[in-house]
Amino acid sequence: MSQNKNPGGEQWASRIGVILAVAGSAVGLGNFLRFPGQAAQNGGGAFLLPYFISLLVLGIPLCWAEWTMGRYGGLNGFHSAPGIFSTLWKNRLSKYFGCIALLIPLVIYMYYVLLESWCLGYAISYLNGDLMKGSDADAYSQYFSDFTGQSENGALLQPSGRWQLGLLLCTFLFNFALIYRGVSKGIETFCRIAMPIMVVLALVVLVRVLTLGTPDPSKPEQSVLGGLGFMWNPNYEALQNPQTWLAASSQIFFSLSVGFGVIINYASYLKRNDDVVLSGLTSSSMNEFFEVCLGGLITLPAAFIFLGASAGEQGTFGLGFVSLPNVFAVMPGGRFFGFLWFFMLFIAAITSSVSMLQPVIAFLEEGFGLRRHASAALLGLISALGCGFVLNFSENLLALDTFDFWVGTVLIFLLALVQAVIYGWIFGIEKGEEEAHVGAHLRIPTVVQYLLKYVVPLYLTGIFAMFCYNNVLSSSKEIALVEAAIADSLNDENAQAQLQVAFPDYVKDSYSTMQSPTEEKSWQIKDEDELLKFFIAKKEDGKLALFEHVPGYLEKIRTDQVVFSSVLFISLVFGFLLLMVHIAGRRWEAQGRISYES
Amino acid sequence: MERGGWIVMVLSVSIVLALLGYCLSKVMGLPPVEVEDIKGPLEIDTGDTEYSD
Repeated sequence: MSQNKNPGGEQWASRIGVILAVAGSAVGLGNFLRFPGQAAQNGGGAFLLPYFISLLVLGIPLCWAEWTMGRYGGLNGFHSAPGIFSTLWKNRLSKYFGCIALLIPLVIYMYYVLLESWCLGYAISYLNGDLMKGSDADAYSQYFSDFTGQSENGALLQPSGRWQLGLLLCTFLFNFALIYRGVSKGIETFCRIAMPIMVVLALVVLVRVLTLGTPDPSKPEQSVLGGLGFMWNPNYEALQNPQTWLAASSQIFFSLSVGFGVIINYASYLKRNDDVVLSGLTSSSMNEFFEVCLGGLITLPAAFIFLGASAGEQGTFGLGFVSLPNVFAVMPGGRFFGFLWFFMLFIAAITSSVSMLQPVIAFLEEGFGLRRHASAALLGLISALGCGFVLNFSENLLALDTFDFWVGTVLIFLLALVQAVIYGWIFGIEKGEEEAHVGAHLRIPTVVQYLLKYVVPLYLTGIFAMFCYNNVLSSSKEIALVEAAIADSLNDENAQAQLQVAFPDYVKDSYSTMQSPTEEKSWQIKDEDELLKFFIAKKEDGKLALFEHVPGYLEKIRTDQVVFSSVLFISLVFGFLLLMVHIAGRRWEAQGRISYES
Repeated sequence: MERGGWIVMVLSVSIVLALLGYCLSKVMGLPPVEVEDIKGPLEIDTGDTEYSD
């Protein structure tokens, strides 16, 4: 057998095709919506320093490792992570770690396809003029809430949600139509067309934003230069804050799609002498082009020009689906540019979501010998179940947020860590370096191998620990000091009334206040569901203050039924996949395709 | 827009554009994959062993 052939049936048709497919997988809503928001909230231009350091130390080395391991696994006859991990680490447990690389893209697809349908819906709404609601900011917030069914669970399953359901169905089927055509005819062909279209659309919107001038002469600071300054002016003090470094590392990490289980799958369709080093660097730099050069110059400057500094306080969804529609509505030619923008986001999302299906399809095909139509049908059923779950529990997008946190964030950290350890400590950096340079058109500096072995696992563990500390565990933040007169007179009988008068914005009629059982001069304020909302406690200087209780994701599992059900759903899918991987592993052993070191 | 903002923006955009330009020019300058395969090492399996005399 020719050494240059890939034992699997499918292969990429061209070098640029696989680069565009990997870049397309990485480029998504995060490049245009998450990156600018993170930069504005973490020091503006100063954010770019930790950002580029993370790119060099964490992002690009991990990409190279994934490309190398993927191609190696593909040449040994596997395209899915459980099989690839079994060839890299000849241990019975390795395939179960690979199961994480199936769960991540599958679960992310379940909610990402919903976001895609939002982008398509918004693009169509610009075509028919539904989203031109003038300068009333609340109208866009209400539109987004109605469009996504945030008012109550099941809102989109009622007759009024037929339009959204239709969009979701079209998007869902379009993804499967692409995946059904295969790696080369489906994914590669689509990405070869979609990526250049995205560049053109984004450049058109960029030119529009940079030629806006000062739309409102009564607010001269809200100009193009003011908008660029809002995004890029550096606040160097932010560099002393660990949160800035954490945010920059996380952004690079999520942006490049490392730890998604996608690159390793895509690279497995390469031939022996296909380059992985230059291809990996090119796809990473393409992703950076979309993020820094387009996302960084379009989104926040445009929002600032029309909305002022409040634009930077929005989250990803707020910026993308509330602020920007407001901006397009008051921008000259906004209806046309709004359509271009959301259509571009739709394409960006499709190139990402289609990549999330392929790892599981590959696993079903090679694990159980299923043909493509059977594997696509089975995957369609599983992903439709999850998508329906997220669609049903739409109130405050809680199910979506829970899926995104536990799988789209926590498990991605974990998988990247597993991959870094497998590459650096089990596969070995010597073998990794040798393998990476087969057919390479660029050399990886040797120091990168040491980074992958020592620095990347430590770096990842560090930011993962900080991330968990900030998000998984509950925390509190001080809101206001309790005036001395009130503090002195507070007792069990009058606490509720006194605090309602002192903090009318926080302590509502329906809340209850009770003395803390453990601490003197401390009161807990709970809502209608008996959940802790605020508390009064002594500060270090002895003064009483009102604190807001911010529940962590762990506490939410205990206190919120939807969050609990979402985690249970994820666990069931994970359990199902583990079982499938176990059965597939037994088949591979029987066929002599994998062996273990004793 | 402050001078620092200009510097950071121009530097960041330039670095990314330069990197992308370098990578794309190298990729586009390579021969097509099929040509590379033809010119590559001989891939015919002759069945010879390494130590045959």
